[in-house]
Amino acid sequence: MSTQNHHDTILYLDGVSVSFDGFKALNELSLYVQEGELRAIIGPNGAGKTTMMDVITGKTRPDSGDVIFNGGVDLTQLDEAAIANLGIGRKFQKPTVFEHHTVFDNLELALKGNRRPQDSLFFRLKDEQHDRINEVLSTTALSDARHMDAGALSHGQKQWLEIGMLLMQDPDLLLVDEPVAGMTDAETEATAVLLKEIAKTRSVVVVEHDMEFVKSLDCRVNVLHEGSVLAEGSLETVQANEQVIEVYLGR
Amino acid sequence: MTHQPYLMRILHDRMASTVLGILIIAAFLVPALNMLVSPDSALHVPSYVVTLLGKYLTYALLALSVDLVWGYCGILSLGHGAFFALGGYAMGMHMMREIGDRGVYGNADLPDFMVFLNWQELPWYWYGFDSFGFAVLMVVLAPGLLAFVFGWFAFRSRVTGVYLSIITQAMTYALLLAFFRNDMGFGGNNGLTDFKDVLGFDLRSDGMRATLFFLSAIAVVIGYLICRFIVDSRLGRVIIAIRDAESRARFLGYRVEYYKLFVFTVSAVLAGVAGALYVPQVGIINPSEFSPANSIEIVIWVALGGRGTLVGPIIGALAVNYAKSYFTGALPEVWLFMLGGLFIFSTLFLPKGIVGTEAIKVAFETQRLRLAKFLRPYDYAPGGDGR
Repeated sequence: MSTQNHHDTILYLDGVSVSFDGFKALNELSLYVQEGELRAIIGPNGAGKTTMMDVITGKTRPDSGDVIFNGGVDLTQLDEAAIANLGIGRKFQKPTVFEHHTVFDNLELALKGNRRPQDSLFFRLKDEQHDRINEVLSTTALSDARHMDAGALSHGQKQWLEIGMLLMQDPDLLLVDEPVAGMTDAETEATAVLLKEIAKTRSVVVVEHDMEFVKSLDCRVNVLHEGSVLAEGSLETVQANEQVIEVYLGR
Repeated sequence: MTHQPYLMRILHDRMASTVLGILIIAAFLVPALNMLVSPDSALHVPSYVVTLLGKYLTYALLALSVDLVWGYCGILSLGHGAFFALGGYAMGMHMMREIGDRGVYGNADLPDFMVFLNWQELPWYWYGFDSFGFAVLMVVLAPGLLAFVFGWFAFRSRVTGVYLSIITQAMTYALLLAFFRNDMGFGGNNGLTDFKDVLGFDLRSDGMRATLFFLSAIAVVIGYLICRFIVDSRLGRVIIAIRDAESRARFLGYRVEYYKLFVFTVSAVLAGVAGALYVPQVGIINPSEFSPANSIEIVIWVALGGRGTLVGPIIGALAVNYAKSYFTGALPEVWLFMLGGLFIFSTLFLPKGIVGTEAIKVAFETQRLRLAKFLRPYDYAPGGDGR
């Protein structure tokens, strides 16, 4: 069923199935993302969106199927840390930052580089790394909050900090789970701009419920339903798809 | 982010520099007041007090080791007593060998309890303990290795939270049962005792007691400096990150299990050193040191003193053990109730322990409000005047 050669993709999922106690969370899911692409994934609750993220990031092992990164790396054989260090960053559905660390320290911990304990023990921040943190602080509009504990940030700021942490990792592929959940309209708009900016230099996959937001991303969309892809194309195309209307938009 | 050099940071930390200062002064002053001041003087510190204080200090080091894993990495170990006891046994085994032929049975080759059990030769795992250097090596290696192997399996299997606490309890309980057995070769339920001397110095002499006190005080200071170096480093920030959001740390690319393994092993070694200093001062080590209740008590010292503060647990261990010595003498039947009460009190009112004064105010206010709501629910219902 594969119409695509995995060599020119950043992310290649082919025939991926996962089941939990007989429930098929993913059912022969196939999905291809080109390098440098911005892609949105939509679908009703229980469609398998988060499970798909779990499979890509090594949290869940698929029962069958191929998950290939950057045209050749088999992700099913690696754990979360190894996959993160390959260059895949993940933002959780619920914003997850280190609440007892300052905003600055949160970014510093996410800084791309050696993750071994023995190197962490004697780590010294270099000037160019400091500059990089400042850069991301201003990208995410958190410069003034740099010395605040992350736990004291507003919900929207935490979402942005988490995106900032992904940027610090300097990944080739960003997986972003519901980035605008709980955000104000203004924040949602700003987030769309930020993600589009990021997508100029990296591949980004966004899982989202908010149709307005997906529309503003102006990108290719996959509709997931019962663990497989129901439709793919521009938002207008999939919204016009009868099956999609039936299972999702029509409800 | 601070760019101050390590030692300057500690000097500028008022709480830490005060506590360390007192420890260093006491390390010299207490032995001096014991040995140089005449027993008739009011300033004289009796020898039994020197030893008692020395014992408290080993508990302080033990509490510090628990704070490193629990306060900073969120690993609630309820088995640290085992590492303490292993360090103690290693030192005890050396002191048994130093008894030589001065035991009750006058057997130069075997410790008394082995003669009593009719053993003919020294078991292989007692080899080497004749040497003080080897014993010191074992003080570090035995708890360190156990922690490493235990942690390797536990952290790799991603056992966390209360499940980890339970298996640490199981670990220390299993060791308790094993060490109780006579055929284990560690003296069974009597343990190891009747020690005479270390490196040729009589353990009961004032000079030796003062030296052990001095070493214990300095060990707490060095233990603090080691822990402080770890928690102030980036590694320290990573373990706090693991404590607060383990999966986030994983998805940032940190191998959480290696970090946990590192602090768990360092912590076990510190606990082992504490045990090794404890045994010559109390003169006995037996399997009761492995009892699960002991390990839980350490956690109470840490909670009361202030989890995740390093200084707090030192203060907590000293304060609780002083109180224990006093009350088990004055009011023996209420001590355990008091200890339980203290633990409940500290969780409710002292979220940051004795050292977290700001947090105490907030906690008191929260509890006051809670009580007020409980007593006068109508005032606090929507529309009530809610004072």
